[in-house]
Amino acid sequence: MIAVIGLVVGVVAGLVLQPTVPLELQPYLPIAVVAALDALFGGLRAMLDGIFDDRVFLTSFLSNVVVAALIVFLGDQLGVGTQLSTAVVVVLGIRIFSNAASIRRHLFKA
Amino acid sequence: MLPGEDLDPLPDGDAAPAEESVVPAVPDPEGATEDEVAAEDDVPAEVPAPAPDDAGPAEPVAAEARSGWAALGSALRFRGSRAQVLAGLLCAVLGFALVVQVRQNDEASLADLSQADLVRILDETTTRGDALATEVNGLRRERDQLVSGSDKRQAALDALRRSAETQGILAGRLPAQGPGVVVRLTEPNGQITPATMLNMLEELRNSGAEAIDLNGSRVTASSAFAGIPGAVTLDDERLSPPYVWTVIGDPDTIATALQIPGGALAAVRSNGGEGDVQRRDKVEVTSVRVLDAPKYATPVPASDG
Repeated sequence: MIAVIGLVVGVVAGLVLQPTVPLELQPYLPIAVVAALDALFGGLRAMLDGIFDDRVFLTSFLSNVVVAALIVFLGDQLGVGTQLSTAVVVVLGIRIFSNAASIRRHLFKA
Repeated sequence: MLPGEDLDPLPDGDAAPAEESVVPAVPDPEGATEDEVAAEDDVPAEVPAPAPDDAGPAEPVAAEARSGWAALGSALRFRGSRAQVLAGLLCAVLGFALVVQVRQNDEASLADLSQADLVRILDETTTRGDALATEVNGLRRERDQLVSGSDKRQAALDALRRSAETQGILAGRLPAQGPGVVVRLTEPNGQITPATMLNMLEELRNSGAEAIDLNGSRVTASSAFAGIPGAVTLDDERLSPPYVWTVIGDPDTIATALQIPGGALAAVRSNGGEGDVQRRDKVEVTSVRVLDAPKYATPVPASDG
């Protein structure tokens, strides 16, 4: 419940504050968001599996974000930023889908 | 909630035919990835009590049957535990970043577009700019026409006003003033005939008289003399001597014209009258004549040529 409230609070804060993304963060924010989404779904699945752990959730969340941003950064430095961003999004998307499938099986037995 | 369990077990997804959490509990069937390897450590501990939060049934399959919604429900229950606060915090961060990124994306930057799109956009913008420039030119031309049109209209109004004044004076509709002469005719030895008066009027007109008054009556183009000597009438009004002509025009021309031998004043003298011409710098013709609107005549419509 607190998680849902937190999500709502975050969205509202974003809408109210309307911050501008610093220029140097702009390439990394979308990837970081996708990575965080992946961590969120992973956490949800772990919770349904009964193996949720806040420490792991925190670590996974942060490391996902950092690693995703790092990959994009490296890609930018190597001149393949766009392709690598796509790769990261694809991988994270697959993970999100599989996690969602697992959650679905937990909830709907199908 | 078992500590140490990885959040992201192997993303096997739909590929796993066996049921749910039992499968990750037995790590061997799938190709081992890092996630799964990490998961291996804790899995054995989990197997006996797969859902500790659920006041767990001992049997894994039975727990599986109701663990989904029950786990979700228990997770949604409001507790101040560290895990929930942490999850809420991270979710807040996620929501914030999500909204920020979405908003940022709405302000879609051109940098993300492909070259073809950029060319297309540039093309569209140029075309649009050209169209707007054309429209600006058209509107500016129209405005100029309207401005000069109103100027023309004003000029036409001024011309009409001047024309109306001129014609008002000539037609006897308006009082007038200006240089001119005053001619005073007396009848000491006889009576002036209407023909003599007409002759006098014609002479005045010939010499350029612009406004003529005779004994307080405006003499116009439609004026007519009638009657008999001694009882001259002007437009059916009887005149009585002395006859005083008040004339606006070039005083020298008129005076000279009247004095011509065999002219108007000579005719007056031949009728036994006396004529006296005074040149004035300023005379006033205050009498006016009210004109009826034309009954039959209408202006010819102006043709645009």
